[in-house]
Amino acid sequence: MSAPKTLFEKVWESHLVAEPANEPALLYIDLHLVHEVTSPQAFEGLRLAGRKLRRPDRTVATVDHNVPTTKDRLIIADAIAAKQIDTLRKNCADFGVELYDVQSPQQGIVHVIGPELGLTKPGMTIVCGDSHTSTHGAFGALAFGIGTSEVEHVMATQCLPQSKARTFRIAVEGELPDGVTAKDVALGIIGRIGSDGATGYVIEYAGSAIRSLSMEGRMTVCNMSIEAGARAGMIAPDETTFAYLKGRKFAPQGADWDKAVSEWKQLASDAGAKYDRELIIPAIELAPYVTWGTNPGMVIAVTDAVPDPAATQSDSDRRGFERALEYMDLKAGTPIEEITIDRVFIGSCTNSRIEDLRAAAKVAAGHHVHASVSAMVVPGSQQVKAQAEREGLDHIFREAGFEWREPGCSMCLGMNPDILQPGERCASTSNRNFEGRQGQGGRTHLVSPMMAAAAAITGRFTDVRTWEFKKPSGEFKKAEVLV
Amino acid sequence: MQAFRTLTSKVMPLDRVNVDTDQIIPKQFLKRIERTGYGDFLFFDWRKDASFELNDPRYKGAQVLVAAKNFGCGSSREHAAWALSDYGFRCVISSSFADIFFSNAGKNGILLVTLPEDEVQLLLNRAASTPHYRLTVSLEDQTVKDDEGFSASFTIDPFRRYCLLEGLDDIGLTLRHADALDKFEQKHNADFWLAPKAEAQAGETAHA
Repeated sequence: MSAPKTLFEKVWESHLVAEPANEPALLYIDLHLVHEVTSPQAFEGLRLAGRKLRRPDRTVATVDHNVPTTKDRLIIADAIAAKQIDTLRKNCADFGVELYDVQSPQQGIVHVIGPELGLTKPGMTIVCGDSHTSTHGAFGALAFGIGTSEVEHVMATQCLPQSKARTFRIAVEGELPDGVTAKDVALGIIGRIGSDGATGYVIEYAGSAIRSLSMEGRMTVCNMSIEAGARAGMIAPDETTFAYLKGRKFAPQGADWDKAVSEWKQLASDAGAKYDRELIIPAIELAPYVTWGTNPGMVIAVTDAVPDPAATQSDSDRRGFERALEYMDLKAGTPIEEITIDRVFIGSCTNSRIEDLRAAAKVAAGHHVHASVSAMVVPGSQQVKAQAEREGLDHIFREAGFEWREPGCSMCLGMNPDILQPGERCASTSNRNFEGRQGQGGRTHLVSPMMAAAAAITGRFTDVRTWEFKKPSGEFKKAEVLV
Repeated sequence: MQAFRTLTSKVMPLDRVNVDTDQIIPKQFLKRIERTGYGDFLFFDWRKDASFELNDPRYKGAQVLVAAKNFGCGSSREHAAWALSDYGFRCVISSSFADIFFSNAGKNGILLVTLPEDEVQLLLNRAASTPHYRLTVSLEDQTVKDDEGFSASFTIDPFRRYCLLEGLDDIGLTLRHADALDKFEQKHNADFWLAPKAEAQAGETAHA
């Protein structure tokens, strides 16, 4: 009998094209997701070398990073952004790649549409020129971000030279307390291990709290793997995974479906499989979190205060800490709940799926956005947007004073017109609180969708565990299903 | 790709932890479709501060950058490597690098050298306090040396070292395995549950 294997090892081994001596292994790539920002130089590289795209059928593109989120977005005022999007259109036409363009009813953030179209499946290898490709690991796929040279490499060869990562099992055990969401699980983990805590590893998330998450929640957790430095995050597929996939556009049908499920069921890590590192976190220790600094590891429970740099270990860490406080214009000891905000962004590949919008709408229902706050909701895809509108969530948000936008990456990274002004402070459901990430001089605090909605209404960070939930006002009946 | 063998150069110290790729090259420059011309935008926001190291005439022309841990974290944008390379940096020394940046740097002929934290701190201090401070980085010998007796050896993946020394194109190297790839792909195509568009794939198999 062969040695017990982890989920990662099973996927890795089933994709080995070659293992040349003294070189990285060649790993076959099942799905290559492409967007406008990291692909133009790769397509150009193919042209210059006279190479073809090896597998257009395994390549899928969309526009997400640059697209405006306003209704009038078909004409893009930013000429450079418009040219980049046009370049993707031309490249997709020239190389035979299916493109979910801005008018498509399936357009959206690449990490939202892959799963919702059923392109993302258990056991696959998936890459994209985007670090948040780790999202797709929620299905038990090995999915990781790559640079543009690697994008070109995959286009030309459908494989990548890769060194085998080490494995890191993180188990979250027990029932998540009320108000503690998948985002808080992710932030709680990064807070414990640091923003470089998993560099060189592929994380496998396990434990009863992870198993209890929906696919949307699992995607949120895997999405943030890169924020701990991990190459990828994975969760073994189970009935929740299969139920999500069944009937989706590109999911197998009929007898093929049954065969696929039986294959996917083999993927879970074997009993006794060995990991290079393990960590167990009791779910009861987790809380709703707010980041206070300039990387996602600088995070603390909403009921705590901004920590003191004196508590850090090394000189360079302390200087980094002090620099973060200065940039964020915060003083050690300030209670998180006393920090007031100017903007709220609900969206991004981390938290823009239907469940995220439902959670935020539940908090917003019957309340109104604070007078000094401007808040926007950007659904992750056209399909998420349509679903939310069928459920009346747009109505709840609008009535509460949130802007309801068209799908895209938006203010997660501010490549389109959605940016923070210098000095503005934002409660954001996105994934990075780096300096200037949402706009030069902007200050980002990462939170869950519920925490973002609560902050929008009170104008300051507010513990959602003490929230007064209301029924949506007005005549809109469908939305009452939420409350 | 430009080959890297041995380099003797001035050194720019950047005593900051977790330097992310958003700082190395902010998002507004990612809309361009070119592969070159990013050097002017390197550390765009930080450069607005007159005291930032990149503005210090002492470090003008430096091809070696020394930074504190977790350099290059965050976004996968290869533009970060392009900007460093365009500006003139050929080598970055730190106690740790983020994975994707590590890969991107290698594809652009930038040597990343990992040294222990105390040695990196020593180099940061010397580069900041010693006039005309220089380092010699040899990929052939896998060593970093200064003129004051500092000498450290570093490890590097042998294949990465070979590619950097020879300045080799990765795609060409992979295509040496074209037969293995064709063979693998033929078998793998039948695993329709691993195909993105399962329906089309299954259909093809049925007709085969």
